[in-house]
Amino acid sequence: MIRFDGVSKVYKSGNRPALHDATLEVKPGEFVFLVGASGSGKSSFLRLILREERLSTGLIHVLGQDLGRLSNRKVPSYRRNLGVVFQDFRLLPTKTVFDNVAFALRVLGQSEAYIYDAVPEVLGLVGLGNKENRLPHELSGGEQQRVAIARAVVNKPAILLADEPTGNLDPATSAGIMDVLRNINAAGTTVLMATHDTAIVNDMKRRVVELRDGRIVRDEAGGQYQTRANPIFVDDSFPTRADSQPIAIEPIDFDPIPAFDPMTPTSEAVDLSYLNRPEEDPL
Amino acid sequence: MKMSFVLIEAWNGVRRNISMVVSVILVTLVSLTFVGSAALLQLQIGNMKSYWYDKAQVAVYLCTQYSTLGACDQQEASADQIAAVQAQLDSDTLTPYIDKWYFESHDDAYTNFTKQFKGSPVVDLVTPDLLPQTFWVNLRDPTQADLVFEALGGMSGVESVIDQRSYLDGIFSMLNTASLTAVSLAVLMLVAAALLIATTIRLSAFSRRRELAIMRLVGASNWFIQTPFIVEGVVAATIGSVLACGAIAGIVVFFVDGYLASALPTTSFITLADVWIVFPGLLLAGAVLAASSAYVAISRYLRV
Repeated sequence: MIRFDGVSKVYKSGNRPALHDATLEVKPGEFVFLVGASGSGKSSFLRLILREERLSTGLIHVLGQDLGRLSNRKVPSYRRNLGVVFQDFRLLPTKTVFDNVAFALRVLGQSEAYIYDAVPEVLGLVGLGNKENRLPHELSGGEQQRVAIARAVVNKPAILLADEPTGNLDPATSAGIMDVLRNINAAGTTVLMATHDTAIVNDMKRRVVELRDGRIVRDEAGGQYQTRANPIFVDDSFPTRADSQPIAIEPIDFDPIPAFDPMTPTSEAVDLSYLNRPEEDPL
Repeated sequence: MKMSFVLIEAWNGVRRNISMVVSVILVTLVSLTFVGSAALLQLQIGNMKSYWYDKAQVAVYLCTQYSTLGACDQQEASADQIAAVQAQLDSDTLTPYIDKWYFESHDDAYTNFTKQFKGSPVVDLVTPDLLPQTFWVNLRDPTQADLVFEALGGMSGVESVIDQRSYLDGIFSMLNTASLTAVSLAVLMLVAAALLIATTIRLSAFSRRRELAIMRLVGASNWFIQTPFIVEGVVAATIGSVLACGAIAGIVVFFVDGYLASALPTTSFITLADVWIVFPGLLLAGAVLAASSAYVAISRYLRV
């Protein structure tokens, strides 16, 4: 279904590869977690499958297509086999729930009759059967993500890619989203999910692929989010001390303005009398 | 269903940046009006050429007692010399090219002159003997005046041979310069129009970037994504082209046929019936310009 053979991805400006010699096979119907710190290559992995990026070396086969040789012209029809969900939902704010999901079918030229059949069905699948006419901002985060999932799977893709789909959601809501994804997977769709969510990975007990600095360092069926031997630094939204470089500050040549401190006398005669409240205030 | 989706998207694009669309319309209007005016001038030049060239004659001026030009030596052309010129005109070498000719005597010339310059003080200064006797020659093909020059130019008693078309060439070269100027301005304006359309389309794409991202994600075809933008550009430019056609028609009806034709009654002017042919060209030019610049703009935008 998805096969990576020695895949590397080097970005033009990057000094180290985003993905380095990755080899992996995902079978139809599998549920795979991609874990790893930010910058470990999870997103690059998904973007390569989505053919948003071209690989630098190696071979990627998805659904029998050789992505290295897939021409730009054929990318749209290839992508119809994939569904994608993001952390930030990416819904159209001016369209209703129904129209958001229908949009994915309309732009593929599906008939209205088919759309009026398929959209309510998929909204029922994600548990939003009664919210067809709401606008995204009227929904909770979890409900918005359900709309995004509905849009991703309404076209019945063989593969669902999810890039931190629970990243913006609280644990209870995340669990609900995971139920939806589990159902979709149970119906036969291969799911590939990049995540930081320890509880979810430990709970689901599915295959875990761990990336570190662009390398696959662990590939374990029924795995945990992290192993004792391989702890993942989770809170990586800030640079670590080891990452940060000392910043050299050039001395700037300027006339220093004397710091004003009323408690110490200054060399220059500054009239501070206005600070005192004279006993005999004329005002 | 696909087409209606495309049209609705295009309409939304027009609505969302109406000011840019209006500026595209105006720039297209102005630039295509210039293009159309250049075409009008060319049509007018062609019209005048066919009108005047048919009337243009070759004048063979004979010597007067005052002329020093050509073979003249302040000697009036003699009867023998006149007969020799006449014999040349009737000879087998020239007759195939000559439609007709006639002789204008001093007195005929004087009569014509006074008629032409009636009321002008110059009439009082001119006497019949000042005006040369002339053979007026109408050629079958006005471009072959050189034959007459060669045959008669060097003959004794002939002062000069003048092709009247040379007087017209000055006017035509002036009109040609004017139409070239119009074309140059039009080219500049068309470049501006193309860039403006490209900018408008990019703005339009930017305001719809969420939709575009999702379309690309779910695998909408490039054709499907790009067409609304191209339609948007073409619609704006076509409105401009239609207005430009209206402006050209207005120029012809009100300025050329209304004002110029009554101010210069002897000149033949183009009419609306002659300029219909320009309109499809203008509409096509506007549409092609808009479609190609919109296509380039949206392709570059989508390439990421």
